[in-house]
Amino acid sequence: MISPMLFEPNRPGSRDVAWCPGCGNFGIRNILKSAFAELNLKPQDIVIISGIGQAAKMPHYLNVNGYHTLHGRAIPIATAVKAANPNLTVIAEGGDGDMYAEGGNHLLHAIRRNPNITVLIHDNQIYGLTKGQASPTTIVGMKTPTQPWGVFEEPLNPIALAIALDASFVARTFMGYFKESVEIIKKAIQHKGLAIVDIFHPCVSFNKVNTYEWYREHTYWMKDHDPYDREEAFKRAIESDPLPLGIFYIHEKPVFEEEVAAYKKDKTPLWQREPRLEEIRKILGAKRAF
Amino acid sequence: MTKVELYRKGWDMVEFKEEVSIVLGGAAGQGVQTVEEILTRVLKLSGYNVYATKEYMSRVRGGINTTEIRVSSKKVRAFVKRIDILIPFQRGVLPWVEKRLTENTVVLGERENVEEEYLSKIKFVEVPLNDLAKEVGSSLYLNTIAAGIVVGLFHGDFEVLAEYLRKRFGSKGEGVVAKNIEAAKKGYELGVKLCEEGTIGIEVRKNESVKNEILLSGTEAVALGAVAGGMNFLSFYPMSPSTGVAVFSAQHAEDFEIVVEQVEDEIAAINMALGAWFAGARGMVTTSGGGFALMTEAISLAGMAENPIVVHLAQRPGPATGLPTRTMQGDLNLALYAGHGEFPRIILAPGSIEEAFYLTAEAFNLADKYQVPVIILTDQYFVDTYYNIPEIDLDKIKVEKHIIEMENDYKRYKLTDDGISPRGIPGYGEGVIIANGNEHDEYGDITEDEELSKLMQEKRAIKKLETIRKNAMMPELIGRDDAKYMIIAWGSTYHVIREAFEILNRDDVAFLHFKWLYPLPEGVKELLKGKILICIEQNVTGQFAELLRKELGVDVHHKVLKYDGRPFSVEEVLEALKGVLE
Repeated sequence: MISPMLFEPNRPGSRDVAWCPGCGNFGIRNILKSAFAELNLKPQDIVIISGIGQAAKMPHYLNVNGYHTLHGRAIPIATAVKAANPNLTVIAEGGDGDMYAEGGNHLLHAIRRNPNITVLIHDNQIYGLTKGQASPTTIVGMKTPTQPWGVFEEPLNPIALAIALDASFVARTFMGYFKESVEIIKKAIQHKGLAIVDIFHPCVSFNKVNTYEWYREHTYWMKDHDPYDREEAFKRAIESDPLPLGIFYIHEKPVFEEEVAAYKKDKTPLWQREPRLEEIRKILGAKRAF
Repeated sequence: MTKVELYRKGWDMVEFKEEVSIVLGGAAGQGVQTVEEILTRVLKLSGYNVYATKEYMSRVRGGINTTEIRVSSKKVRAFVKRIDILIPFQRGVLPWVEKRLTENTVVLGERENVEEEYLSKIKFVEVPLNDLAKEVGSSLYLNTIAAGIVVGLFHGDFEVLAEYLRKRFGSKGEGVVAKNIEAAKKGYELGVKLCEEGTIGIEVRKNESVKNEILLSGTEAVALGAVAGGMNFLSFYPMSPSTGVAVFSAQHAEDFEIVVEQVEDEIAAINMALGAWFAGARGMVTTSGGGFALMTEAISLAGMAENPIVVHLAQRPGPATGLPTRTMQGDLNLALYAGHGEFPRIILAPGSIEEAFYLTAEAFNLADKYQVPVIILTDQYFVDTYYNIPEIDLDKIKVEKHIIEMENDYKRYKLTDDGISPRGIPGYGEGVIIANGNEHDEYGDITEDEELSKLMQEKRAIKKLETIRKNAMMPELIGRDDAKYMIIAWGSTYHVIREAFEILNRDDVAFLHFKWLYPLPEGVKELLKGKILICIEQNVTGQFAELLRKELGVDVHHKVLKYDGRPFSVEEVLEALKGVLE
């Protein structure tokens, strides 16, 4: 097995990590490094497309290809990267605001489109980088600087949403469980199709409710759950306290890159191709006639 | 045949020489397009030069849509206001085109489709199309009869018409083909009769070489040019008048072996195209003003991350929904200023079908080389216009890829003299790439360093911009470079102005047409120096004139502007020029 250290960057800019001491993102980074190593992936073959937020800074702290993009837009970019070069292992990564608020629409349509990518959502139920406002998954009643009266909007249930839309792979973990998280992320990466992993992690600076202890107390690992049973998966998804962890649902189906016209006959990545001028010639020829 | 009685109201033969402007008008869904397709293809294959453009309403059924077809001895490629022959397929067409009617306009068709008040103003030939169609078997054949009449007026090759109908209706069975040929024959004979009886005289010369020419639209030229330039990824959200490029690409996606994907919104469309380029593919989006407005954040990302992107922006009048199916050159400023922050971009605007093909192809090399957004501005008039062109030379197309194999320690944003950093892609070479929308160091990691921030801003907004400017394409000068007056225009108005310019035929007037709008090359200033400048644009405020001032410090003396959603006609341009010239 290759060492997780292979994914440790030595670029000068990757040393000054912008996460708070004790932040759950550190744990997620370690989980990723181990998952990549255990899957025998090379840094050159992995691409992380991230949005904006503390979670989205991940590409700077890893030795893999990365693109730190716009808030909410990691999924469409990642979808296209995979379609342009299906040989790459592509991950879209961001926080709950990134994926469920600003990028919510893209998530819905990515589920329909089913590209073979992994979507990792660092779900700390709060906005960190903008300093403590409510996120789509913040619990009702939490007081924040911009919701001083306490949040009254119902939190989004991403797991139920994904299963309702028949997403190809739906899982949730808590980063405090290292080994289990590595396993889930490995399975998500290996899964052929859109794999959504909601990762609970505490925000030590702005979320004083959903702490390490809180997640341990309010979650449990699903046992004897059949992820191929959609109804059962949905029942688990709407449980609220304790919150189930594990793989909720799997539905293998054709992926985007297999459906598009580009790869029907030829599997060569797009960047290695030349335009098919003979087809243009044919069309121009037809335009000379009728 | 004998059942048909032609209605004539005491006028002598109307003659059209060298060129005829035929307009078909009817409700959406009435088959105007079918007649247009038959006519343009059959007349071209008979050896006539053809040009066609359409104007239509933003609705699926009803309303009034018209198509203008110019059939000519010499090549004409511009919209004229004047209608020589009008075929109305329903009432309401004549009032809709009222300003385009002349006393020599011949109206062919059903009596009920011509409002009483026009009978004295035009030359009407009553043709009971419906009755004729029923004689063949069904009113469905009305369109074919109408097409037959026009081909007959030209004494076109009937066998070519019959062959076309065989191809077009072949899939519907021999019965349908036979009926259509019968209908076409009825129309054709009537057309010939109208000539022989001395009702309409048409003298347009055929040219053998035209038969083999390519009938291509603006939409098709953009799509084919893109594919020739290496486009292998097209993401879009439908929006008139840009959708045709996506439709054409999708229909040929399997032949071209490219990705064509209709996505959830324009934001996804452009972000996907950025992702495609990031991974080494050549991506494009096709959109119109409103869609492009949604893309502006990603345009800014492209500027910062130095991520190539090609945008086809087919303009229509705004603001907001505006006139969805009409034309305008109102989004130059949008293209110019789209995106927060300061970064370079290239803006192109083809003036002819050939130019649309070559320029769109080249847009991909430019995006790849300079790693900037390249925006191709067309408009409804341009994409919906087509004519026969002699040739497209595919040997002229060179796909120049600017992708490097990454070494260990690869720096995506290496500071260079020309502002261009060699671009790697994931999975190619030993290194990894870090691209970033945050301000970054040379590796691509986030930085807030004072000096580095300044250097990176200068790399993009000054050095790279100047590198592009040095290599920018010069405008096309038509006429003498020492002329007193200089007409200035850009994009789709090229042929309309050119035709007016040729009719004007004055030595002291020259015409400068821009297909490369931004950044403007240095040499342009010299061309404009000491001349009386007349800028012709299809917008309210003269956006290109403003750009000339901003870029070159040049003030135009006269602006000729049109912003009613309709294209400039040759007559309008001519009239406007005469008003300005001494």
